[in-house]
Order: sequence, then C-alpha cells, then structure tokens
Amino acid sequence: MILVELRCLGIHTIHEGKGEAAEPMRGDNIAMGFLATTLMKPASFTYHRPRELAEALRLLDDYADDAKVIAGGQSLVPMMNMRLARPAHLVDINEIGGLSYIRQTEDKLQVGALSRQADLEQSALVKAFCPIIADAIQHVGHLAIRQRGTIGGSIAHADPSAEMPLMAALFNANLTIISTGGTRTVPANEFFITIYTTDLLPGEILTNIEFPRMSPEDGWSYQEFSRRSGDFAIVSAATILRLDDTGKVNHIQMALGGAESIPVNVSASLTGFLGTIPDEKWANAIVRTVTAGLELNDDLHASAEDRLEWLQLLVKRSLQESLQRATKREGEG
Amino acid sequence: MTKVAVHLRINQEDYEVFVEPRKLLSDVIREEVGLTGTHVGCEHGVCGACTIWWDGRPARSCLLFAVQAEGHELTTIEAISRDGQLSPLQQAFHEEHGLQCGFCTPGIIMTFESYLKDHPSPSEAEIRDVLSGNLCRCTGYQNIVRAIKKVTGTLTTETQEG
Repeated sequence: MILVELRCLGIHTIHEGKGEAAEPMRGDNIAMGFLATTLMKPASFTYHRPRELAEALRLLDDYADDAKVIAGGQSLVPMMNMRLARPAHLVDINEIGGLSYIRQTEDKLQVGALSRQADLEQSALVKAFCPIIADAIQHVGHLAIRQRGTIGGSIAHADPSAEMPLMAALFNANLTIISTGGTRTVPANEFFITIYTTDLLPGEILTNIEFPRMSPEDGWSYQEFSRRSGDFAIVSAATILRLDDTGKVNHIQMALGGAESIPVNVSASLTGFLGTIPDEKWANAIVRTVTAGLELNDDLHASAEDRLEWLQLLVKRSLQESLQRATKREGEG
Repeated sequence: MTKVAVHLRINQEDYEVFVEPRKLLSDVIREEVGLTGTHVGCEHGVCGACTIWWDGRPARSCLLFAVQAEGHELTTIEAISRDGQLSPLQQAFHEEHGLQCGFCTPGIIMTFESYLKDHPSPSEAEIRDVLSGNLCRCTGYQNIVRAIKKVTGTLTTETQEG
C-alpha cells in the first residue's frame, strides 16, 4: 500500500497500489502527478445498501479486501473521484438504523459511529459533558461537510492531524468494533497504527465511540493551525486539566495532532507536572517536554522548524486557555 | 458497468433515472435530470459550487452517488426562487453585486439559505466562517458578505460607504 498526501488540496488521500511500502510515502510531486493525470470520476463499483448491520457485516465478509464501507463519504469519495481508492464493492451503511445517537451514562458519553459531525456540534450533551469536542468539531471541514461527515468515518480514516482522531486520542476513547465474529473494544491509543492505518480489519465496522465525561471543574482548550479556515490542521494541541482547592494542578491530559504519524496522547509524560501551582515556568517546561525529540514533517506546506514552532505555541496556548477556564470555574465555585 | 434504476425526488418532483452506481449525484442532477443550476467545480468537496440540500441540510453533491439518494428529499437552487421572484437572499446578492461570473453563486445561496434559517442574525465573523466553505474567484467575498449582512439587517451605512 502506497500512501500519498494531497495536502495541496486541503485533503489527504490514500493510494492503494500493488507494492508494499513499509514507510508512508509523503511526496507532493507524486501527488500532483497523480492529480494531473487523473479524471475526477470514480471507477466502477457494485453498490450495496444493507438495511441491517448483520447484512453489512456479511457483505464485508463476502468481499473482504474488495469492499469498502461508506459512511459520510467526505474523505472516501474525493479519493474515489481521484481514483486513489477503487473499491470493487461499496457497502453503504447510511441506511442502517441504530448507529446514530448521542447518549450519556453515569460517567461516559456514547456516540454512535454514524452520528454526523453536525449532530455533535449541536448536541447539548456534548457541550455539557465534553465541551472540548463541541469546540474542536467546529474546525472539521465546512458547514456542508459536517452535515454529512460522521465521527466514526473520521476516526476510522485516521488522519494524523484531523480533529476527531485527536479527540479520540485525548480521551483514549473506547471504540466498539463489530464483525461477524463478535464485538471487541479497543482504546483509541491502541487503535491508531500509522497514517490512515488503524487496527480495523476488512470485515469490521466501528459502531460506537465512548468518551469519559469531563468534570465540570475541568479547564480545557483545543488549538490548531491551518492555512485556511476549514483545511486540515497542520499541527494541533488539546488539553484538559483540573486544579485542586489550593490551585495546584491535580489532573492533566494532552494530545497532539500532526506531530507524529498518529494523533498522540502525551499525558503519561506529564505526571511530573502535577501537584504544582501552574506558572509560566511550569507551562514552558511542559512545552519542552511534549515537543522534545519529535521528528516533524518537512514539506511544501511547512518546514519541520515551522511545525515545531507552531506546535510549541499551540501547546502553550492550550495550557493558558485551559488554566483560564479552570480558574474561572474555581472562582465561580 | 451495469446501470441501475434510481428514483430521485428533487424539488418535490419525481424523476426516474438509469445510471451507473459510480455516477456522482452532481452529474446526474445536471445531465440526467437537466437541472443545470447546480455547478460542478473541484469535484472533491472543497469549492462548494455543487452544494444542494439533502433532506433539507446542505451537502456536496459531488461527494454523493445518485444511487444513494433513493428515499431522500433533494433540493437544488432551482427551488429557491418562487414564481419568478428572487428570494430575499438572492435579491440582496443582486443589489449588492454579490456575484460576478456567477459560477459559485448557487452553492453559496444553497449554503446560506439553510444557514440563515437556523442562524437568522449571524455576526460578520460567523458569516465569513460559513462562507469559507465556498470558493469565489471573482469578488474577493466583500460584496457577498455585504449581501448576507443586508438580508440579515446588519449592513450599516458605514460599511456601505466602506
């Protein structure tokens, strides 16, 4: 499988070739070459429109690698139009009932994989229990894209700088995956393998995403840098933190987008920063810790040096904004 | 590849088309149905020229296959004016010179006819955020923003002069 990015167009694409490339290939010249010679019409496929999940799973079993699930299609159809994806069988899950919901349990927020990004954007439950998701989702594509694009599709597509995979990584969300063989649950931080590549097997469908509910005292912030409004982020940072009664940080979680080949949760490296009253020095030390040793992309869109500088800036801003929100709540309380 | 029969409901009228599953909804609306107000620009979801309503919500018709549309209610730019009368938004575009070549205009109208129903009084920043999903290469967007502000009643004398 050869992986190609078309960031020049504000989208990423995947080219399924016969060769096996151990490392993702990132080449704008190659991508431009494909584009120049590619008609914007998809190759032929057989269309399947199952009404039941079981029927969809049977189809995926029957056609295995020749089949592709289509949900919102906001990443898959551009790839098909450019002939960078040519599934022989398209299994449309849009007409299957029961895959689109947003509901709360005592300590979790459960989202059906077929929920549209616009549904999450407008959801009172998301705003109340995971406000950072409600904020981040406004950066996904544009209004019309979010009406159609789904949270499950975005996570399964696994773009390393996309917003919903970053949210999944930040919360280490539990992902429910179903196949004819049964159901399994995978934490997001074991789900993402590399760029556009996940733990999902050909016969499987992602059906449910479960986020731990945020605490009302949490301060949070989502920050991204993109060239144009609605473009994929080049780099992004998301933080959730909490202060105790004495103003010391007693909880922090953080994830970075565009920093590695997957969205990466860096919370484990921050345990040493707990129990401290946060100040400028504290924030700068976190910035240094989470951005040390990153091997950032260096390409047409940005140099590695720029990416590092932006990432450092975004981490700092996300800490500052999180602290403002946490302090404000503390003051209110 | 085998063609399949698809029943489409567009602007509250029924159409039977016979198309390959791979045929994009944008192309079927234009070529089979003959409603050419929906424009085709980039064909990968970036430019917004092909924006229609799918069950009442804006969607890129170049990122949908016509075969998926069976059972869904589609609306195109042709349904926005009534009895030869421009909608208030269209009229504002006319008055404020919110278009030049007109290629992007149907997509922008479809986007904002929907958005303004849910958000009748957007700020200029909100207008520009939504507008970022539709590319216009003629106007520089200034007059498009003015037209939308006009129809939402927020176009002030000062900005008119500016």
